[in-house]
Amino acid sequence: MAKYLTQRIIYMIITLFIIASLTFFLMKFLPGTPFQNEEKLTEEQRIILDEKYGLDDPLPVQYANYMINIAKGDLGVSFQYDNQPVSSLLLKRIGPSLTLGFQAMFIGTIIGIMLGVLAALFQNTWIDYGSTFLAVLGKSIPSFVFAALLQYYIGVKLEWLPVASWNGFSYSIMPTIALAIFPIATAARFMRTELIEVFSSDYITLAKAKGNSRTEVAIKHAIRNALIPLITVLGPMAVSLMTGSMVIEQIFSIPGIGEQFVKSIQTNDFPIIMGTTIFFAFLLVVIILIVDILYGIIDPRIRLAGGDKHE
Amino acid sequence: MSNSTENLPKELFEPVSTDHMNNEVIAKPQLSFAKDAWLRVRKNKGAIISAVILLFIFIMAIIGPYLSQYDPYAQDVTKANLPPKIPVIENLGIFDGTQDINGEKSDIYKNKNVQEYYWFGTDSLGRDLFSRVWLGTRVSLYIALLAALIDMIIGVAYGLVSGFKGGRVDNVMQRILEIISGIPNLIVVILMLLILKPGIMSITIAMVITGWIGMARVVRGQVLKLKDQEYILASKTLGARNIRLLIKHLLPNLSGVIIINTMFTIPSAIFFEAFLSFIGIGLQAPEASLGTLIEDGYQTFQFLPHLMIIPCIVICIILISFNLIGDGIRDAFDPKMRD
Amino acid sequence: MGKKILEVNDLHISFHTFAGEVQAIRGVDFDLYEGETLAIVGESGSGKSVTTKSIMKLLPKHNSEIKSGKIIFQDKDIVQATEKQMQKIRGKDISMIFQDPMTSLNPTMTIGKQIMEPLIKHGNFKKSEARKQTLKLLDLVGIPKPKIRIKQYPHQFSGGMRQRVVIAIALACAPKILIADEPTTALDVTIQGQILELMKDLQQQIETSIIFITHDLGVVANVADRVAVMYGGKIVEVGTVDEIFYNPQHPYTWGLISSMPSLDGMDDELYVIPGSPPDLLKPPKGDAFAPRNRYAMQIDLEKEPPMFKVSDTHYAATWLLHPNAPKVEPPQNIQDRMQKFSKGAY
Ligand SMILES: Nc1ncnc2c1ncn2[C@@H]1O[C@H](COP(=O)(O)OP(=O)(O)OP(=O)(O)O)[C@@H](O)[C@H]1O
Ligand SMILES: [Mg+2]
Repeated sequence: MAKYLTQRIIYMIITLFIIASLTFFLMKFLPGTPFQNEEKLTEEQRIILDEKYGLDDPLPVQYANYMINIAKGDLGVSFQYDNQPVSSLLLKRIGPSLTLGFQAMFIGTIIGIMLGVLAALFQNTWIDYGSTFLAVLGKSIPSFVFAALLQYYIGVKLEWLPVASWNGFSYSIMPTIALAIFPIATAARFMRTELIEVFSSDYITLAKAKGNSRTEVAIKHAIRNALIPLITVLGPMAVSLMTGSMVIEQIFSIPGIGEQFVKSIQTNDFPIIMGTTIFFAFLLVVIILIVDILYGIIDPRIRLAGGDKHE
Repeated sequence: MSNSTENLPKELFEPVSTDHMNNEVIAKPQLSFAKDAWLRVRKNKGAIISAVILLFIFIMAIIGPYLSQYDPYAQDVTKANLPPKIPVIENLGIFDGTQDINGEKSDIYKNKNVQEYYWFGTDSLGRDLFSRVWLGTRVSLYIALLAALIDMIIGVAYGLVSGFKGGRVDNVMQRILEIISGIPNLIVVILMLLILKPGIMSITIAMVITGWIGMARVVRGQVLKLKDQEYILASKTLGARNIRLLIKHLLPNLSGVIIINTMFTIPSAIFFEAFLSFIGIGLQAPEASLGTLIEDGYQTFQFLPHLMIIPCIVICIILISFNLIGDGIRDAFDPKMRD
Repeated sequence: MGKKILEVNDLHISFHTFAGEVQAIRGVDFDLYEGETLAIVGESGSGKSVTTKSIMKLLPKHNSEIKSGKIIFQDKDIVQATEKQMQKIRGKDISMIFQDPMTSLNPTMTIGKQIMEPLIKHGNFKKSEARKQTLKLLDLVGIPKPKIRIKQYPHQFSGGMRQRVVIAIALACAPKILIADEPTTALDVTIQGQILELMKDLQQQIETSIIFITHDLGVVANVADRVAVMYGGKIVEVGTVDEIFYNPQHPYTWGLISSMPSLDGMDDELYVIPGSPPDLLKPPKGDAFAPRNRYAMQIDLEKEPPMFKVSDTHYAATWLLHPNAPKVEPPQNIQDRMQKFSKGAY
């Protein structure tokens, strides 16, 4: 476990290093970035860039400075928001994004697990078909399409919920639902397949052979074993939530990181784009690492691996 | 127990040769893997219906823009923002060119004095949505198929080499894969698009950069599994050259995983293109894709919902169909799912 | 022979698959007596597992169907029993051991909990008593340091140890019938011997009847009192161990015995029965073994053979036993065995 963990952390650092270098060199060498089109910048911006990145320094020095700054958590300053530091802009906006992300993840996995369990327990009945169909819809329909339709029908037409903005719980309902459809679909499908596989395993037959009822078998033996591998999809789920949050925040005018990111793309605010990119990458890599560790903690086979094996 | 059989005629107890029967039994063709899978897919109604719908959409993507008499790029401000109006169906009270304005139905075509029928209406520049939707579908499908094809070529090649060479080569190649796959693809794609000039080619390239990894993984996994199987070992000892071995034995066996994987990369590429266009770094006007149409429609959806809803429906149908077919094929090939 | 404890009558079981109806069991009859060990042998796919699973009603619900027949246990027909009634029988009166000890234990539950489950369920044990009983059981099946082992997970046990745990679970409530579906196939030879010894030993102590499924005729000779030979979803010959080994009547049994490696290791080449098992989607008319039978007759292709009586305990389903059938010479090695039998020297 310790060796595995060290290896994972090393990979994590390499990955982050590559992403950071990538952003630097892309911005540095490719046309269309502020480093190349200095004439497009205001005088003030040019001075800031100069100070920050030392544009007249030799390349290795610039690169080293850039990487050191990132390691220190300094992601540069924004153009569009009065030259505020990117890191504090990110911090300021992380609240709504996290709220939304956690709500969607939480609700999504719980509903998804329930759907998946129902589908597996009632395999090849209309409950199964219904749940599977919902899962296919959830996986297929892009969250922004779903969000836009929700906003139109529930917000504009029916006026049940506020159309946009961020002023309390009711404002978070539609975006959460829109974001949750993917976790629901992923969890439901995964849970169904996993449970069906577990149900066909010998130890479930043995559990039945002990005289357990179907419900007891499901609750005591099957679901726990099917739930453990579900942890592995939390990583991909987090990726999709991040992707989704960008458009969902934009659609519902939520002051989160995603919305700021999209706006920066549209206004060419490169420091924010780069900073957010690195921040997202960092977040993802950490989430995936946590998921891995979690898996090890929950699954006794991994938890005790390499431990005491007797015969 | 045997009493009732006492008076059976003696001829019945003549010995018969069973040689031919044995041969028959052995020669009886086992359902081949692919055929078996096909039988299963065929039973999956969702997959079959999806295939038919997709076929229809493919055909429309090719001929759709020419079915309507209007050029998808032609602008005519006098005919802007028209709601859908379709002959015959208009009599049913839908697609009749009317629109709710402050709770009242009014015939926009009459108001604007337009004689023609625009089946899906027009956008704010007076362009025909019907031909634009199919043009957009064509572009979206084109990008997705191209990306999936390139993913497939790179992924299969990488996976084959990695799996087949084994040893240190495999080890190094796997480490590289691990690192690349640690980079969130969204971020790579966005960075690439900020730098490349937006267009069909750059979107495709941006998606391919991380897209091939999944394919490389499954192909390698499959190669490792097949490599140990007897017939490969057998032809190796017989001295078949590596390349011939690869083509003759591996590719047919790999086709299953390759098809399944591709069936899932296509819809994810369609999604990505739409996503990028929606946040404004995908295709640029006047180019149309389903993503740009949805984006355009979204700007005015409170007043002209059809501009957004129609392309939304088309993209959803495409994505759902691909996913259902993919699921169908995957379940059919998956031995765990058989009963 | 003791009292009859289980009676299976004309059992027919089908699976509904995408390719059609698989008639896996096509009229199986057998009895099980108190305290005896009945071995069921036969090639892969002959229906051994399906037959025994049906006794516990553990066949997959969604695609299997008991078409007809009776399974009488304690004067009740299991075929007609409700799920509730079955739950009372399973693990208490009838229990089961599976082939692969690596997969038959729940990987995320401690060994102790898994053994305690049937105790608490059927034995009305309180938790602390169940724990004590579990420790006893672990000791009984020969697992050292039960106090430590009880808290461990299956992956911390070797294959042989796991199979001991599975046996402990199966015997926890001292069942009347123990079904062992190839309990030693997945184990290596020395461990195999130990497990077989353990089972024989425990059978004496608990006085249970055992249905023992195996491919391995060597094992049969070692553990069984009687043997049932299955082919193509039917029992084609049944008799005592001696009758089956030294006076076999069915050509399929001849083939099976000939394909058994001889104990003295004299034969260097193993006999293989030619041809392949019948397609249970379209079972042939007549005797399912006919296409592979060197001694096939016209009637084998037309009519299914009934069970012909050889002795009070010995029956075989082959037309060769019909009075009108020509006398055939069994393969040489079988004749040798029969000779030993008639001399009474086995
Ligand atoms: N769940 C199932 N669905 C469909 N067919 C099945 C199922 N289970 C068993 N069968 C069929 O029933 C027949 C008998 O199978 P069974 O498992 O009883 O064989 P067996 O004698 O135990 O073989 P083995 O020695 O390999 O364990 C086989 O032809 C098999 O294909
Ligand atoms: Mg079996």
